[in-house]
Amino acid sequence: MLMTVNQATATSVGSAVVEARKLGLTFQTNDGPVRALSDVNLTINKGEFVSFIGPSGCGKTTFLRVIADLEQPTEGTISINGMTPEQARQARAYGYVFQAAALFPWRTIESNVGLPLEIIGLSKAEQQERIKRTMDLVNLTGFEKKYPWQLSGGMQQRASIARALAFDADLLLMDEPFGALDEIVRDHLNEQLLRLWRQTNKTICFVTHSIPEAVYLSTRIVVMSPRPGRVTDVIESTLPTERPLDIRESPEFLAIAARVRDGLRAGHSYED
Amino acid sequence: MDRLRDRVFPVIAILLVIVAAWYAFAVYMNAPFQRDLDRRAGLTPGTVEFIGKTLSQPKPTMPAPHQVAQNFFENTFLRKVTSARSLVYHSWVTLSSTLLGFTFGTALGILIAVGIVHVIALDRSLMPWIIASQTIPILAVAPMIIVVLAAIGITGLIPKALISTYLSFFPVAVGMVKGLRSPDLMHLDLMHTYNASASQTFWKLRVPASVPFLFASMKVAVAASLVGAIVGELPTGAVAGIGAKLLAGSYYSQTIEMWAALVAGSVVAALLVVLVGFVGRVVERSMGGRPA
Repeated sequence: MLMTVNQATATSVGSAVVEARKLGLTFQTNDGPVRALSDVNLTINKGEFVSFIGPSGCGKTTFLRVIADLEQPTEGTISINGMTPEQARQARAYGYVFQAAALFPWRTIESNVGLPLEIIGLSKAEQQERIKRTMDLVNLTGFEKKYPWQLSGGMQQRASIARALAFDADLLLMDEPFGALDEIVRDHLNEQLLRLWRQTNKTICFVTHSIPEAVYLSTRIVVMSPRPGRVTDVIESTLPTERPLDIRESPEFLAIAARVRDGLRAGHSYED
Repeated sequence: MDRLRDRVFPVIAILLVIVAAWYAFAVYMNAPFQRDLDRRAGLTPGTVEFIGKTLSQPKPTMPAPHQVAQNFFENTFLRKVTSARSLVYHSWVTLSSTLLGFTFGTALGILIAVGIVHVIALDRSLMPWIIASQTIPILAVAPMIIVVLAAIGITGLIPKALISTYLSFFPVAVGMVKGLRSPDLMHLDLMHTYNASASQTFWKLRVPASVPFLFASMKVAVAASLVGAIVGELPTGAVAGIGAKLLAGSYYSQTIEMWAALVAGSVVAALLVVLVGFVGRVVERSMGGRPA
């Protein structure tokens, strides 16, 4: 199913941050070409929280990496804040959170959070100020001088979110950031992430393969299916902005979750 | 106590086995000559007396451990360090060219590794030559280096150090290529998202990631440097150094002296490896390494 170009809704609060038109990406592998993305049309507006969900190989991570200029599309166009991905990367338009925390083990937490600031070349004072602010935002105050191995997995991932937030880009790209964490830590971090999103009014693209996580966090859920990776459904969330964890038992939540599940199943039906 | 039981005891046990076997071999190997001596002198010593004699020959085929230990002790602690008989003096001569060669070798190895990691042409062209360089027997190359350098007026410490360099750059180059390439893709992607320059990626990611590899390869390199320095002393006709001591010992059948020099060389090698390991641990600790 092909989605319409600009699905402006009540939840979209501003202009387009990411615009993809007929976007496609084919990897040349030893086993022949693999179509990772095919005919993706998507507009993400400022202030949205968009989740990408689908089975492995559906291209959700690839799409995120195209936005981040870590992969180059082979068909179609994509713009970020009106720029090409490369220009956007050079303008440091986004922060990227990887599947693993990917902290440098030889740096303390504060020095890890300060890494992008060092690279941009901010003054020491400015670095300190921003480190303090972002560490505070992810509730890691007091752990500045610790090394990554001294922190739990959840805290490490929070530090990596702080690092992505440090240079204050409006767009946050998150690639299954909580995939490796246990359910309890994950719930906690989801709650914190929502709070952070409301506080900072950032645009967030969030890749996951957990249906409850996608429904709980998002204002919009993009369901994708593999071979070739494509968008099969886009679901607008009707949940309120204020979301306590127990909203996950509400009928409204369950209805959205059911639709996501249907979308995933439909994407799989042609297999085998 | 645990440390004593877990680490010291096993080492001591093996040492005792070696010493016992060494004594047995010393008796066995020195016996024919001793029997010959006794026969000419018309002596018929008892077994105990005979064994005692095999272990106290002045130029034995195989010196007994206590003879080597005594010689080592006398020549290390009882002589002035400026004396030509002092093992400290000879060790220092060898150590100085070892350290110079090790410094050259480490610098060269790092330089080669940086080149290989950053320049594709070097990656393709240099590695086979580096590997080939180590298949050439150093004993064959060493005299040529000495002769060629002497022809252009370079003698003394530098030629010996260069032979050490030849042996020590290899482990450092190979280790550092691996170390500089050790950052995983996610870390490299991360630097890419920050639009970091190649030099920022190098200094902030590749260099710190390679530090453990550097120290591991430096441990191998420092031992190789010592071997290089000793080998370098053999064809130079050097009058000082552990290599010279070994050579002189073999000319005059001073087996005890040779073994003592060998022990001195081993002690120097062990000290160097331990020292590099210690510096490595200090550096890793200062880089936030988890205490083992």
